[in-house]
Amino acid sequence: MDFLTFLQISDTAVRFAIPLLFACLAGLFSERAGIFDIGLEGKMLAAAFFSAAIAALTGNVWIGLLAGIGASMALSIIHGLASITFRGNQLISGVAINFLAAGLTVLIAQDWFRQGGRTPSLSDFGPNARFNSITLPYADQMQDAGPLGLVYAELISGHSILVYVGFLMVPLTWYILFRTRFGLRLRAVGENPAAVDTAGVSVVGLRYAAVAICGILCGMAGAYLATGLQAGFVKDMSSGRGFIALAALIFAKWRPWYALWACLLFGFLQAMALRPDAVERLVQIDIPGQLLDALPYILTVVILAGFVGKAIPPRAGGEPYVKER
Amino acid sequence: MSDAPAIELKGISKAFGPVQANKDISIRVMPGTIHGIIGENGAGKSTLMSILYGFYKADSGQVFINGKETTIPDSQAAIAAGIGMVFQHFKLVENFTVLENVVLGAEEGGRLMPSLSKARKLLTELADEYELNVDPDKKIEDIGVGMQQRVEILKALYRKAEILILDEPTGVLTPSEADHLFRILKGLKDEGKTIILITHKLREIMDVTDTVSVMRRGEMTATVKTKETSPEHLAELMVGRKVLLRVDKKPATPYAKVLEVKNLRVKDDAGVERLKGVSLDVHGGEIVGIAGVAGNGQSELLEVLGGYRKAKGNVMINGEPIDLTGRKSDGQSRRAKGIAHVPEDRHREGLILDFQAWENIAFGYHNDPAYQKNRWLMDNRAIRQDTADKMKRFDVRPPNPHLTAKNFSGGNQQKIVLAREIERNPELLLVGQPTRGVDIGAIEFIHQQLVALRDRGKAILLVSVELDEIMSLADRIIVMFDGQIMGERIAGQTDERELGLLMAGVTDTGRSPLAQGSTGAMRVGNPGRGA
Repeated sequence: MDFLTFLQISDTAVRFAIPLLFACLAGLFSERAGIFDIGLEGKMLAAAFFSAAIAALTGNVWIGLLAGIGASMALSIIHGLASITFRGNQLISGVAINFLAAGLTVLIAQDWFRQGGRTPSLSDFGPNARFNSITLPYADQMQDAGPLGLVYAELISGHSILVYVGFLMVPLTWYILFRTRFGLRLRAVGENPAAVDTAGVSVVGLRYAAVAICGILCGMAGAYLATGLQAGFVKDMSSGRGFIALAALIFAKWRPWYALWACLLFGFLQAMALRPDAVERLVQIDIPGQLLDALPYILTVVILAGFVGKAIPPRAGGEPYVKER
Repeated sequence: MSDAPAIELKGISKAFGPVQANKDISIRVMPGTIHGIIGENGAGKSTLMSILYGFYKADSGQVFINGKETTIPDSQAAIAAGIGMVFQHFKLVENFTVLENVVLGAEEGGRLMPSLSKARKLLTELADEYELNVDPDKKIEDIGVGMQQRVEILKALYRKAEILILDEPTGVLTPSEADHLFRILKGLKDEGKTIILITHKLREIMDVTDTVSVMRRGEMTATVKTKETSPEHLAELMVGRKVLLRVDKKPATPYAKVLEVKNLRVKDDAGVERLKGVSLDVHGGEIVGIAGVAGNGQSELLEVLGGYRKAKGNVMINGEPIDLTGRKSDGQSRRAKGIAHVPEDRHREGLILDFQAWENIAFGYHNDPAYQKNRWLMDNRAIRQDTADKMKRFDVRPPNPHLTAKNFSGGNQQKIVLAREIERNPELLLVGQPTRGVDIGAIEFIHQQLVALRDRGKAILLVSVELDEIMSLADRIIVMFDGQIMGERIAGQTDERELGLLMAGVTDTGRSPLAQGSTGAMRVGNPGRGA
């Protein structure tokens, strides 16, 4: 594999990693606050549909992004109501959200666009209907300025704005969690809500805040899928990314920087599946394409089954908070 | 100091469903005093204090703080009013540092670092002033319970609490740690702070309080000056009748050796060694008490002997070795050898709370031929009849075999477990925390039953973290610390101070066993006590 091919695969890996990263950080906020969320998948899917649909209807991708975030938030609030206010089972609520999103998106898409449960391609709605790649300054000139220049031109430049936002979210998440008052309280409420309650801070308020942040980030993940990575919504387009993000979250032991590396790893595996020729040349064995396609999911199962070290989730995770002495 | 009481409660009532936890309670706590609130489990002490701390809302009544009427809708309001509370179960975040726990909820500004450095400075000052030394950078899970309790007190002081409420603070402490706590409390009192101490231990009330209020069944029955009362009088006020504080028993007449344990070693699930070569024996007709702070290997000892933890070493019952690792190392085989077990945690191991009393009575003895109708079916009617008989003999109230276990009070639940085990007339009875969460009246009864079993010539191994219970019930006392036996004393020839030192790991020579290796336990074994 030559250097350019490697850079091209890495470039694709970054694109694939971004929706995972948004969803993974979304899960991180929620689970750090003690609310397990297996509804990441559903929220992404709903956000993907609404962002594409609204972008198609208005011709403005930013309004589409807001609509996606709104849809994801609405599902987050449902999850919050079920698991915080009514102290229901968080797993069941998450499963319900996944089903709801899978069915509802296709149904509304068919009703609005009559194209068999998908949105029309956003390319037909003008240049502002999807997130376009940004060419960073001097990227074209750097193309021939040695390997570093090539890295700049091929890998760093040429992504949509959400990719850069996604990477910025990592240090931001770290800072919020470990260097702010809000972060301290958020982590505490996921470990021992009684400690937060007796310290005079609202457990319910903190958990809703965390769930809302989760909604925003999932919305961005979904919007990127439909308006950045692809140009429009198709049925079940999140294709398990919400669950892969959960696996990445466990792999990352609920830490932001580890989450970045975990998501890049999954992104890389997904990117390799697109270039079986390059992989075959590298390992010198004939690998079936389906195996490469399945690799991220196999890794997900391996991680979720607990084969990769011991991951200790937040201690109060999954448990509704009930006051007691 | 003004003349107004620091806290005055008027006519506080609180009900949880049909249970009236607090009935029209009024109390005045004067500033700069230590005020004790004593009562049995379920008397409503904790509920009252939780109302004061804004954890529960009272159904009716008024709260005055420093003479001013105050409403306390939540803990935030209580903190603002200068009230701090140390709960019985600490409210700390285990994997946070001491410093982070102290500032949690009382941070200054959105950024964390300035709050943390300010708290660090204040912590040093408080540590010097009140003997409240803790390492601010240690994680809670890495420090002991005594230390954790100090963190709770620091949390309250950091929030500028003038009134400090402590709920059963000594339950988890060694006697010397408790003494340290009381020194801290007296220091705080000298600074003019007001302290409310909730406890069910009469001795603590007598030692440190200025005034004491007694609660019984949700009502405040009396408030007296500590100097003008006696433990016997307080106990009577608590229970509503005269009670025997001392266990009435004759000296033991030990028979042959029933249990012999040699060099028992146990590792827990995390691979940490919990028993480091324990040897002891128990004779028929005596009660051997294991004293020690919770978590020093007593639980593991009971679990091994009861047959639900594997171990290395030798254990003999009436001279026959029992299987510690193989197929015969389960509870069923232990019962067949005449070992009965009253586990430490009756909710987890002693009973199935959602099952009825008669089903609970059958557990463990469900293969008893008397309980079988034929080869395949159980004779439920026989079990229920048997249960009714046992309930009557053990004074379980109400004596209804169909009542679900969780609907009995703590004392009656414990009597069900005791009835199941003692009525089998075992050679050896293992008893863990027999009176935890049990009211005084039931304690008296349970103690009598244990002494009666002893007087029938059976062997009893008693584990309790209540030193008073060990001292009054046991004939011989063995002290455990860090998985080893620190020493053995004859009850009646020792005192609390001596046992307290052993419980803290200080042996006769004054050195910690940790420093002198694993032979420490052997040295103070029990030479010359053969059969």
